Amino acid sequence: MNITATLIAQIIAFVLLIWFVSKVLWGPMSAMLAERQKRIADGLAAAEKGKSDLDLAEKRVLEQLHTAKIKAAEIVAQAEKRAGAMVEEARATARVEGERLVTAAQAEIEREVNRAREQLRGQVSAVAVAGASRILKREIDAKSHSDVLNDVIAQI
Amino acid sequence: MSSEATRDSGGGGTVEYIQHHLTNLCAGDCDPVTHQAAGFWAWHVDTIVISYLLGALIVIVGWRVGRNLSLDKPSGFQNFVEMVLDFVSNQVRDTFPGHNPLIAPLALTIFLWVFLMNLMDMIPVDLLPVIGAAMGIPYLKVVPTTDLSTTLAMSLTVFALVIYYSIKVKGPVGYLKMFLFHPFGKFFVPVNIAMTTIEELAKPLSLALRLFGNLFAGELVFLLIALIGGTLAVGGGLSFLWGGLQVALDLGWLIFHLLVITLQAFIFMVLSIVYLGMAHTTADDH
Repeated sequence: MNITATLIAQIIAFVLLIWFVSKVLWGPMSAMLAERQKRIADGLAAAEKGKSDLDLAEKRVLEQLHTAKIKAAEIVAQAEKRAGAMVEEARATARVEGERLVTAAQAEIEREVNRAREQLRGQVSAVAVAGASRILKREIDAKSHSDVLNDVIAQI
Repeated sequence: MSSEATRDSGGGGTVEYIQHHLTNLCAGDCDPVTHQAAGFWAWHVDTIVISYLLGALIVIVGWRVGRNLSLDKPSGFQNFVEMVLDFVSNQVRDTFPGHNPLIAPLALTIFLWVFLMNLMDMIPVDLLPVIGAAMGIPYLKVVPTTDLSTTLAMSLTVFALVIYYSIKVKGPVGYLKMFLFHPFGKFFVPVNIAMTTIEELAKPLSLALRLFGNLFAGELVFLLIALIGGTLAVGGGLSFLWGGLQVALDLGWLIFHLLVITLQAFIFMVLSIVYLGMAHTTADDH
């Protein structure tokens, strides 16, 4: 039971053992644990970052969707306006064209009528001269009776 | 196991049996008759060999674990070691002020080594001595922590570190001041010196004696339980009854002692941390 030189041997063993444990077990293991802790922290941070990124992206997507909708609505409205304008324009040109055609047709008709009237008038004068000469049984000098004739023609 | 040895020699054999079990294998300056150490220069070979083997076990296992550390997929055993390490690390963090990279490995070493040496107590008391006797080893005291030299060796090492860090942290003057003025102020210098000296010396002594006493007593109880079957059965044919009693008591004490040895290893570790922590606080702190 008394203290012997074993003490010295045990002190040496103890000191060596502390040194060994510190070098061989504690050092690498605590370094590894620290690294694992860091990795976990990094992973969590990355996850957090990913989540916030996702949120941001979703927000941006919503924003873009919103602007796209607005723009689409704008485009549609513009297109509708343009279509309306085009229809209006087409209608206007059509009307103008129609009027033009109508006036052209009326002018033609008038011309035709005038021509026909002129023809008719000529023929009527001829018929009148012929009739009158037949009635009078004599020659009527067209030249000397041109005043009368013209008067008659004008009355037709 | 014990019954054969004691039955022949009767009552006197009991003392001899216990005496024999509590005698170290001595080499060097030993008494040739009693085989006890006669002077300081006696070597308890069994204590040294067993504690060194256990230390080597820690080193080898620690080396194997430390070499194959896996960050992502720790094996079962690595998990266990990590758990122990985490436990010790938490103890150090809770009780030790400041930072010193030596303290945690020291605490882990104390815990592992003391626990393993205590664990030798769990081996049936006669198993190793009988094997040893068969191999020609006359005496074998299996549990190194029942040798005061072992426990004192550790507590003195811790004590040396306490003194070293006290002087390093407080400075030589601060350390001296602690002796001069510590418990009662500057008007009781002689009393202070005596008190502080006792206080300081009590640290390693209480550490060493607590562990030694607990383990020695535990070993003794194991021996006494081992004797039940042998001595009490001399009277008659009730030997199987006594044998049953012995087994029941042995199992009970074994389970209880398993708690004790863990607790003692833990206490030795925590107190070492606390003493070293006190060494790291400056005089103004308290």
